[in-house]
Amino acid sequence: MPGSIVVGLDGSEASIRAAEAAADAARHHGLRLVFACVVPWSPYSFTTAEENERRSVDKAREEAAARDRVLDPLVTRLSAAGDLEVSGIVRHGHPAETLVSVAREHDAAWITVGRVGQSRVRTLLFGSTPSSLIQLSPVPVLVVP
Amino acid sequence: MQTVLAATFDEQVDSWFAPISERITSVVFYAVPLDFVDDGVVLPLIVVWLVIAGFFFTIYLRGFQFRAFKHAIQLTRGDYNDPRDAGEVTHFQALATAVSGTVGLGNIAGVAVAISLGGPGATLWMIIAGLVGMCTKGVECTLGVKYRNVYPDGRVSGGPMYYLTKGLEQKHPRLGTFGKVLAVLFCIFTLGGAVGGGNMFQANQAFSQAQSVTGGEDGPLGGGAAGAIFGLVMALLVGAVIIGGIRSIARVTDKLVPFMAIFYVLACLTVLFANFTEIPNALWAIVSQAFTPEAGFGGVVGVLIQGFRRAAFSNEAGLGSAAIAHSAVKTNEPATEGHVAVLEPFIDTVVICTMTALAIVITGTYADESSAPGVQTTSAAFESVVGWFPIVLAIAVILFAYSTMLAWSYYGLKAATYLFGESMLVDRTWKLIFCLFVIIGASSTLDAVIGFSDSMIFLMSLPNIIGLYILARVVKREIYGYRARLETGEIVPVAERT
Repeated sequence: MPGSIVVGLDGSEASIRAAEAAADAARHHGLRLVFACVVPWSPYSFTTAEENERRSVDKAREEAAARDRVLDPLVTRLSAAGDLEVSGIVRHGHPAETLVSVAREHDAAWITVGRVGQSRVRTLLFGSTPSSLIQLSPVPVLVVP
Repeated sequence: MQTVLAATFDEQVDSWFAPISERITSVVFYAVPLDFVDDGVVLPLIVVWLVIAGFFFTIYLRGFQFRAFKHAIQLTRGDYNDPRDAGEVTHFQALATAVSGTVGLGNIAGVAVAISLGGPGATLWMIIAGLVGMCTKGVECTLGVKYRNVYPDGRVSGGPMYYLTKGLEQKHPRLGTFGKVLAVLFCIFTLGGAVGGGNMFQANQAFSQAQSVTGGEDGPLGGGAAGAIFGLVMALLVGAVIIGGIRSIARVTDKLVPFMAIFYVLACLTVLFANFTEIPNALWAIVSQAFTPEAGFGGVVGVLIQGFRRAAFSNEAGLGSAAIAHSAVKTNEPATEGHVAVLEPFIDTVVICTMTALAIVITGTYADESSAPGVQTTSAAFESVVGWFPIVLAIAVILFAYSTMLAWSYYGLKAATYLFGESMLVDRTWKLIFCLFVIIGASSTLDAVIGFSDSMIFLMSLPNIIGLYILARVVKREIYGYRARLETGEIVPVAERT
């Protein structure tokens, strides 16, 4: 029996709508809500010495920003009614891969993300988190427009 | 009138700079005449100093660099990266940063100088110097991480100045003052090395290559002030990143440099395949002339010195610069970065320098005495196979020079803030001076620049290697302790953790 719905958040309007949709579903099915904010990061990127020196500081700053701007307001608002168990996580990594591992850790019934709504050219060049998520995820993926 | 004025400007910079450079060079490269071997053979003590350190640590740590190789690759690949440390500096990133600082003109121009002066045999000694240098690097970087500094605001940086002070103090309280003296000396030499080999030499060779592909003395960059103008543009680009904080430029270069490095190796391979029937002869020349050059036994010493000297200039093992670049890695085990660091001289010297050497030896361009040995020698080797390769080489040279400058501006900054304290004033003053020297470097003749850069960079090895010897047992404990835990299975890859 799965225990949660994992929602990928990036602060965009679509991702907020995804969170709302997931909240409705969580109430209906009696599931926990896990909000995950992934800061895009790769262990193989090239960096300068000065960036390396500041990396720990920057990581902490990025996490704080994600909590303050994206996670905390949503968690506070959705848990206010008291009928939902809501938690928020910030991770660094490849967005889709990281969401998949969060889903595994939290025994997710499915993953909900917002649609990116980017141009075809952009998608062709850089791909999109929802489409790579569909390829990687062991559980269903729900994309909210 | 304007060109006359401009011409005198370049010459003035040169005439002002040459005597200073000559004086420093003659002190640093104090050489013992080996008349009993052969007339005219001299042995620069500083080269002996570096090579002995390499051999000492190779024996003391029982060939650590060879045993470390496999695990170094696993670490770099990320097999041991704790997922909880995502977002921190990985082994790969620390290595890539260090490599982009070392892969520079030493690999292209330095190798050409070694072979032009020492013959093909210098290549073999260069490779041997690279192999022992791997061990010195491992030692430095283990110490760099072990004694690194965490600032109150959470920034992490390390380097010889910290292991010389903290390490020696810990070893024995009475060594503390000595350690401080060594650290201060190291920082002074680092400032010199940063403006010399890390800056002027790079700017100079970048300009020389740009000038030659645009038509030499008669081309658009042939005029009197061209060097100074080229230097000014380069200085503005360096300043934009280090002073203006325009990260996007640095990021673009960071991405281009690895591609250029790969392209460079591919270009060398193209030269090799175009002449593949010559490969056995070239290899034979490299091996046989390492021991029996035409000049007899005295020649062997000369060839050996050229090879060792250029290898040291290229891979920087023993100088301590790499310890600064590697220290920011996220790890609780200093020995892990020691492992990873052995890959740096391997990539730099054993792979890239050897590629350059083979291309030069196979095409025979080193024997051409019509131009001064340097990037031109390599460029000619490339041109003999594909006509437009020199243009790509020029782009590679400028990019390598640029990324090396950015790296050395950081090493210099760390030295400056160690000496004068962390402040905006020190930071800005150093960076401005650094940019100024880019212009001087581009407009000076090669002799003055190459002499100065060599001497200041090599001086860094004096305090650094003294420290390495004193801390040798600390390093041995770190490395052996880590390897023991690796063998007993106490430390396992992430995939096998439960």
